[in-house]
Amino acid sequence: MSDLILKGGSVLTADGITVADVRVSDGLIAEIGAGLDGDDVVECDGAWVGPGLVDIHTHLREPGQEWKEDIETGSRAAAVGGYTAIVAMPNTEPAIDAGHLARFVKERGAEVGLVDVYPAGAVTKGRAGAELAHLDELWAVGVRVFSDDGDVVEDAGLLRRAMDYLAARGGVISQHAVDVGLSRGGSMHEGSVSSRLGMHAIPSAADDVILARDLRLVEMTGARYHVQHLSTASGVELIAAAKEKGLPVTAEVTPHHLAFDHHAVEGTDPVYKMMPPLRSTEDRDALRRGLADGVIDVVGTDHAPHAAHEKEVPWEHAPNGVLGLEWAAAVANTFVGLDQEAFYDRLSIAPARIGQIVGHGVALAEGQVANIAVFDPSVEWTPESTVSKSENGPYFGLSLRGRIVATLFGGSITARHGEAVR
Amino acid sequence: MNHFLSIEDLTREDLSGLLDDADEFVEVLHRPIPKVPALRGKTVATMFFEPSTRTKMSFEKAAKALSADTMSFSPGTSSLSKGESLKDTVLTVKAMGTDAMVVRHKATGAPWRIAEWIEQPVLNAGDGAHQHPTQALLDSLTIRQHFGTLDGLEIAIVGDIRHSRVARSDVQAFTLLGANVTMVAPRTLLPVHTEGFDAAVSEDLDDVLETFDVVYVLRVQTERGGGSVFPSLAEYTDRYGITKKRFARLKPEAIVMHPGPMNRGVEIEGAVADDPRALILDQVFNGVAVRMAVLFRLLGGENE
Repeated sequence: MSDLILKGGSVLTADGITVADVRVSDGLIAEIGAGLDGDDVVECDGAWVGPGLVDIHTHLREPGQEWKEDIETGSRAAAVGGYTAIVAMPNTEPAIDAGHLARFVKERGAEVGLVDVYPAGAVTKGRAGAELAHLDELWAVGVRVFSDDGDVVEDAGLLRRAMDYLAARGGVISQHAVDVGLSRGGSMHEGSVSSRLGMHAIPSAADDVILARDLRLVEMTGARYHVQHLSTASGVELIAAAKEKGLPVTAEVTPHHLAFDHHAVEGTDPVYKMMPPLRSTEDRDALRRGLADGVIDVVGTDHAPHAAHEKEVPWEHAPNGVLGLEWAAAVANTFVGLDQEAFYDRLSIAPARIGQIVGHGVALAEGQVANIAVFDPSVEWTPESTVSKSENGPYFGLSLRGRIVATLFGGSITARHGEAVR
Repeated sequence: MNHFLSIEDLTREDLSGLLDDADEFVEVLHRPIPKVPALRGKTVATMFFEPSTRTKMSFEKAAKALSADTMSFSPGTSSLSKGESLKDTVLTVKAMGTDAMVVRHKATGAPWRIAEWIEQPVLNAGDGAHQHPTQALLDSLTIRQHFGTLDGLEIAIVGDIRHSRVARSDVQAFTLLGANVTMVAPRTLLPVHTEGFDAAVSEDLDDVLETFDVVYVLRVQTERGGGSVFPSLAEYTDRYGITKKRFARLKPEAIVMHPGPMNRGVEIEGAVADDPRALILDQVFNGVAVRMAVLFRLLGGENE
């Protein structure tokens, strides 16, 4: 394999940030230094060079809902967005609740070969919330993240058993923390906009009561706990307090909750419909601050493809979810403005740590596998298209700052200047 | 005006102008032959995805009084029950040839979605608990006919405001025309956030009853299952029902209105509904006139 040179970027290395060239050879980071040359040069002047991004929260829809997305198209969207590893949520059809199903997702991901795909396993059989899934088999094939995402694990007793089981092994519960009763029938944030629209709505407390309950269970079991798609200012406070206590908890925010608030729903365009819903301006601002100061550990895309015909319906009839993989880095940069170290921490290093993903999310060093994302934080651009199978992206026509220049997966370029290589 | 979707899209002048036109159509409707040829050759499709009798009939009568042809769609007997999407249903009716679509849908914003799919004017005949702008027009017209103006009037809207598109459109129309509105309801039937409403709020009807020129009574949606939002219908009637006793306490010139259909004995006592100061049937009559005004505004231009 010929050498590839990442020329003149600001490189996040194990020894700190330095302006340098990176030589990639035979899939590995061969050399970090000055004046390097090779057959293929990626100009990185003014750009950041760091570990490939890691998404702790992706929906690939395969198996079972391939009309929305599949492992190949989802992997491609990830590559364009700078990702080299993604955790696929198990709410497929069937749900990933047993070893052979998780192995299928992982192997199909490897066959596509654009990113490493790590399946998350369901907490309960069929995500039905009644009995534990085959946590043993899932663990044996390498699953470390467990979630009934799409639904909350509602039964606190059952969740406690899963936590007890996983605490002993070191797995993490990734909770879709939304109370069933408080959210029933609701399809947007309960606030001034929902009252004006007359829409059934979901109060912030719907998220907070589950999070508060679960934090008590973490205290009880000692299990690792990750709260998905934090959407409320009060949730940020709960996480801050739990971390203060030293509980093993982490939190995620989605790009759309950083970019928008419930005013986006005023036109009732279903592209803005997701769970949890876009909340108040104060909530949005608290999430931005939480990500900046590290109370919120990671950006998780909650990339949720839905076909055009499924979203081209009145608001209440539309499914929840928006695309995110291709724009998450730009959105975090535009609306939060992290420095290079914090950027790679929230989008790569922390999510890899939470998901126990090896070979990703580490500062660059010679001899490592070359999983790299090059990000130019200053370029202004406007998303106009997607490589996903679906088109439910909320950022089209929106001016963003910062763009992935190149993504290297195992030393090969998978995307360059917003274009998938294959 | 390309579509007629929400009172929020109107200025005070727009609204007054439509009411002025409606006054003229009231005169037309009182003629021996209550019909004008204004929209001859035009077709109006009524697309009621949620059951409705009065609004649908009222629109059809309005279209016919303007000499337009009408076609109607009802979900129970349509291909919607075979799984056809809203978009395909709308495009199918458009392809048959229609000059306007009157849309009622239980989902919020459905008429806005349809307005993205077709070029023809869309008239919102009620979406979710969001907007019902022609109802607000007919209510405004009824009040204006009676008092000459809405400016400075004290209007109470009593009942299930939280789930009412009538209330949302009425608050906006009445205040746009200069009235002061008070929303009166138990907390479970008020919007959770009332700060976006240009209206006062009261949970105690008896406390404020004597101050109003107009008491607008909303239907209690008994099909919602009274138990889930308030403990019992009897308690509701006791605290918020417009009984004969409460009616007697109103200002002598005050009027009572109701958008229908009424639950006699629940939100309004039968004797009050039948009193000459209850203008409920005037509202129904005026509904035809205001819908003529809106249809004429949207479709009449080319004939002039």
